[in-house]
Amino acid sequence: MRKGPQTNTLLITYFIHHLRVLLGSLGRLTRQPLSTLMTMAVIAIALTLPAGLYLALNNISGLSAGWDSSTKISLFLHTEADEKQAQTLLGRLQLHNEIEHVSLISKDQGLEQFKQLSGFGDALEFLESNPLPIVLVIQPIIDPNRPDRIDQLLHELESEKLVELAQLDMQWVKRLYALLEIANRVIWAIGSLLGLAVLLIVGNTIRLDIQNRRAEIEVSKLIGASNAFIRRPFLYTGFWYGLSGGLLAWLLTTLSLYMLAAPVEKLALLYHSDFQLSGLDSGDTVNLIMISCGLGLLGSWLAVGRHLDEIEPS
Amino acid sequence: MIHFDNVSKRYPGGFEALSQVSFRLPRGKIGYLTGHSGAGKSTLLKLIALIERPSRGQIILDGVNLSHISNRHVPYVRRNIGIIFQNHHLLYDRPVFDNVAMPLVIQGYRHREIQSRTRAALDQVGLLSKAKSDPVTLSGGEQQRVGIARAIVHKPALLLADEPTGNLDPELSLEIMELFARFNQVGTSVLIASHDLDLIQQLGARALSLKQGRVFDDEISPRDDTAGAA
Repeated sequence: MRKGPQTNTLLITYFIHHLRVLLGSLGRLTRQPLSTLMTMAVIAIALTLPAGLYLALNNISGLSAGWDSSTKISLFLHTEADEKQAQTLLGRLQLHNEIEHVSLISKDQGLEQFKQLSGFGDALEFLESNPLPIVLVIQPIIDPNRPDRIDQLLHELESEKLVELAQLDMQWVKRLYALLEIANRVIWAIGSLLGLAVLLIVGNTIRLDIQNRRAEIEVSKLIGASNAFIRRPFLYTGFWYGLSGGLLAWLLTTLSLYMLAAPVEKLALLYHSDFQLSGLDSGDTVNLIMISCGLGLLGSWLAVGRHLDEIEPS
Repeated sequence: MIHFDNVSKRYPGGFEALSQVSFRLPRGKIGYLTGHSGAGKSTLLKLIALIERPSRGQIILDGVNLSHISNRHVPYVRRNIGIIFQNHHLLYDRPVFDNVAMPLVIQGYRHREIQSRTRAALDQVGLLSKAKSDPVTLSGGEQQRVGIARAIVHKPALLLADEPTGNLDPELSLEIMELFARFNQVGTSVLIASHDLDLIQQLGARALSLKQGRVFDDEISPRDDTAGAA
């Protein structure tokens, strides 16, 4: 009977204590605004750089995804293939699960287009028969994770009896993907290094904090403070550094993006594109802040673990 | 309360601060520890507070063998002891009240209880009016009393004092010693280390005398159980 409420009270007291330490460490930070701001800024800058690179990569990937739809395979049929055979093949290919859309360019349409585009219009009038083959234009479904599938599709199409030549102009898309993959790795490397830097910054700041509060730690140990009790304010301080640094990094990233938006739009307009910069979505923002808080906590935890044991009353 | 059984403490480098010290301080009694500086008084107190560990021998504190206490559990032993230092060990970045309240905060007392107990402790040392003052603004005697208030605020079973009157004039010293006697009267065991033999004689108290780490003159002697040597 008695145990219930007692445990409850203990829990509440414990919770209140944590809350007090949490707010206490925040209060301590606000009492030294300049040094706190500087630490915050360093963390924020270290996080803004990889976040910005990530955004850039994201935007470029988004851009290239739009270009995928312009990737087309042209099937040039044998010249002796007639319209009916071509229609049958088209019907069959429409059902292929890796093909988005097939359209047919008849010999006459082909000639018409060629006249318009080549400028040989009058010269072609002298031809006795139409030399152009029927062309099927195929828009494949591209899985960005498996760019090799497109090659298999190409081989498959080439082996069709009616097909003389299957042509794919996708080399540059592949190259772009390869480049993006490299950029992705580079961003990870830079991000990891800068994350490590944040860890060290927080660790070092907490280490100095521990040294400054040496007397307090000593006295606390003498009057029976457990290690967890002594550790707590430093861990919360690290958490606050992480949280504030993360929020500031988000702000910096968003501001930079805002500054870039107008010129990018202008450039896109020149390319007749309606491309727009996309910012950090809510998931990215949550990730950024969580990573930042995590680094802050981890950094302070490492510093506390290393330096707290060194301080023993004597 | 305290039982030393053949305790020796040798520091790295070979200096033997205590050798084969045995004594017993029964629960609820007051004991004095005398001897010149360097005789091992501080070391003896540090062994009780687990600031140092003995090289040999056993220390039993309140029925618990201290050699069985792991470092992780040291804080919980210390919570049962109030320690008073010669140089006060006060924190100067916070007012008197917060200094005294520290043991209660550490032990997770509720806010209201912290308030009332801290006030009571300050009242007992006669410094209630200085609760909001900065420790720096207090005199040496007052600072020492703040240290004492902090040591008794959580009502420990044992009070240890290392040269509590070291920096004070005789009149103040007597006052502080009388304060300890008062705590002892309400059941707290007290062990005070002091080189001030005159003062102790003035109190009419008996003492365990240390010289070069050995029990030199056991004035407490086993003739009664006030603080008999074992």
